[in-house]
Amino acid sequence: MEWLPIFFVGVMGFALLVYTILDGYDLGIGILLPLASDDYKDLMISTIGPFWDANETWIVLGIGVLLMAFPQAHGIVLTALYAPVTIMLIGLTLRGVAFDFRVKAKTQYKQSWNRLFFVGSLTAASAQGYMLGRYVMGLAETPIATAFSIAIAILLPVLYIMLGAGWLLVKTEGDLYKLAAKWARWFVLPLGLGLFLISIATPLASASIAAKWFSLPEAIGLLPIPLASLVAYAIVVWVLWTPKILDADYGWIVFVALIILCVMCTLGLAYSIFPDVVIGQMTIWEAAASTESLQFSFYGTVIAVPSIFVYTVFIYRAFSGKSTELSYE
Amino acid sequence: MELDPFTLSRIQFALNISFHILFPTITIGLCWILLFFRMRFTFTQDNDWEYAYFFWVKIFALTFAIGVVSGITMSFQFGTNWPGFMEKAGNVAGPLLGYEVMTAFFLEASFLAIMLFGKNRVSNRVHLFSTFMVAIGTTMSAFWIISLNSWMQTPTGHSMQDGIIQIESWSEIIFNPSMPYRLSHMLVASLLTSAFFVAGVSSWRARQKVDGPATWKVIRTGVFLAAILSPIQIFIGDLHGLNTLEHQPAKIAAMEGVWETEKGAPLTLFGIPDEQERTTHYAVKIPKLASLILTHDINGEIIGLNDFEGEHPPVGMVFWSFRVMVGIGMLMLLISWVCAFLLFSRERLPEFGQRALSLMTFSGWVAVLAGWYVTEIGRQPWIVTGLIKSKDVVADHPPETLLISLAAYSVLYIGLMASYISTLRYMSTKKARSLMEQEEKMKLDLNREA
Repeated sequence: MEWLPIFFVGVMGFALLVYTILDGYDLGIGILLPLASDDYKDLMISTIGPFWDANETWIVLGIGVLLMAFPQAHGIVLTALYAPVTIMLIGLTLRGVAFDFRVKAKTQYKQSWNRLFFVGSLTAASAQGYMLGRYVMGLAETPIATAFSIAIAILLPVLYIMLGAGWLLVKTEGDLYKLAAKWARWFVLPLGLGLFLISIATPLASASIAAKWFSLPEAIGLLPIPLASLVAYAIVVWVLWTPKILDADYGWIVFVALIILCVMCTLGLAYSIFPDVVIGQMTIWEAAASTESLQFSFYGTVIAVPSIFVYTVFIYRAFSGKSTELSYE
Repeated sequence: MELDPFTLSRIQFALNISFHILFPTITIGLCWILLFFRMRFTFTQDNDWEYAYFFWVKIFALTFAIGVVSGITMSFQFGTNWPGFMEKAGNVAGPLLGYEVMTAFFLEASFLAIMLFGKNRVSNRVHLFSTFMVAIGTTMSAFWIISLNSWMQTPTGHSMQDGIIQIESWSEIIFNPSMPYRLSHMLVASLLTSAFFVAGVSSWRARQKVDGPATWKVIRTGVFLAAILSPIQIFIGDLHGLNTLEHQPAKIAAMEGVWETEKGAPLTLFGIPDEQERTTHYAVKIPKLASLILTHDINGEIIGLNDFEGEHPPVGMVFWSFRVMVGIGMLMLLISWVCAFLLFSRERLPEFGQRALSLMTFSGWVAVLAGWYVTEIGRQPWIVTGLIKSKDVVADHPPETLLISLAAYSVLYIGLMASYISTLRYMSTKKARSLMEQEEKMKLDLNREA
């Protein structure tokens, strides 16, 4: 049953990728919130209203697969990331409850909940970036690893902001649509610069990753990943700076291109890490649960994950089109 | 008490899980009550049921959100604070938790969107179906997590190799001996908690004079549901106790405060258990009753705590929590039956009934927490009964780190609880829609007469 751990690491990677994209746009909109007027704040939040809950569940699935299939690694990774995990959890909690409280609590508290919504989104995003950095550096406690992690802690919120702005280009129209395009133009260059620097820094900071990327003939086979990223990025820039395309309501192309960028980054990252689950310490086979456990989980996964996919599509269709004010009735 | 990593991690886990469980307890039960409102509306087309649904679905959403976010914290806690548990019992715990995420969490979170905001976007049937799906999701979630918890209480279907638990039979693991009792006890507890919650909040609204006909339909639903379920819950609780006596006798001995093994053991109603002197001070006892209740035999034998010395749970907490739970259960029975009796013959409850119900709003919370304290503290010193001890699986974080995270969680949860209750209060002071409709109608009639 050699392939079961590979299957599960694939599911885990997929869940975390979907989380990055879906909760990424939620958190991005949370971070963009202070930039908008009060009316737009409500509209921005209503674009994520029906979705955020399910979006957030993908991180639980990612962590769920980690503990379902790789119980040995679960403890090592999460114990080492104690502080950022705690900060992220508090951030996610504030963001999640602010969502409901801002419309249900007394109106005089609404501003405070809006602020907590922003603070929660930003802290969660940064903490996730920091965790990702630490993880990629093999949980090492060196100054280089710390500097690298801080850099990702700044970069990931920028990616989320871009996803948030991209989502607004899909779901809004009129002035808010124009505003979203403006915000995207502010952040797209920092995103490009950041991704470029991280792509250079990663092999410099980690010899094992460098060895994987810069050897022939692998390097040629890997070329499509950076190339596709470059093309996706160029499309984002092109659309954002071409008013004609934006005015014709093709802003959704930005969101799609950003998704492609996320997929490429994930593929690159997955290639850098595989077959380890704790880099430099433990492979997926060493960390895997027993075969009986993996088999039992396998049946559930092949039935449940496709069903999740089906009803997620159903929900997105039910709430498709440009968003309006959310109403319970 | 020394503030070592073990104690601090236990306090933090207790804090997180105690805070978390309050919210799913309501949503698991409330969702079926909402489905009932929805179905009543579909069949009767009486707007009151629609109003009741939309008032309570908002509270459901708020409660659900706090349940979700505090639940995410739980899913990380195993790894951050109890890594040894996953290393040793991961083969069992991992898949059960994984199944909970895959079969329950997504179902709830996805269909919730339609339940909350989908009224105008989908047909009534799809909306009804979505409410049903969320109810199924919350119940499935309870099924998996209780299955895992029960396995930790009464493990079966496994073997132990090199300190790691291996799978022998999944069906024996999932349907372990205490699972059916614990699951039914918890599901009924959720429904009871929600019944008192909806009846309590609605009675409070009646006392504030913002109630309409729909408010009274909700009170009626809550009261009758509670009146039916209270005796059932006492019956299930009794069966659960018998099952615990069979599998975890030390827990029962702590619950009853029985020190020496004896036949025809008396029931201690109250008293102060003292672990140093190994006796219960000021005990008020009823002869033979403990044996009668627990073994259904007046001379049945109950094994005392002294036979488990060093391996039994802390007695005081278990003993007292048990009495709190049973006390509230009895109070629930009394109040729901009196109110149900009154509501048979009249439309509204008299003042004292309204007051009693509003005082009981959160009684379910207290009983559920007390009940879980009995079962969880009662399992100590084991994390998996007889196999793994809690102190062997804890992460060795510096106490300062733990103190900081514990303080942060405490502040967060106090803030959230205060916001939750005050928001609930604020939402309940608004005039009921059904009342406004009634007033409007009266105004129209008056105009017509004029």
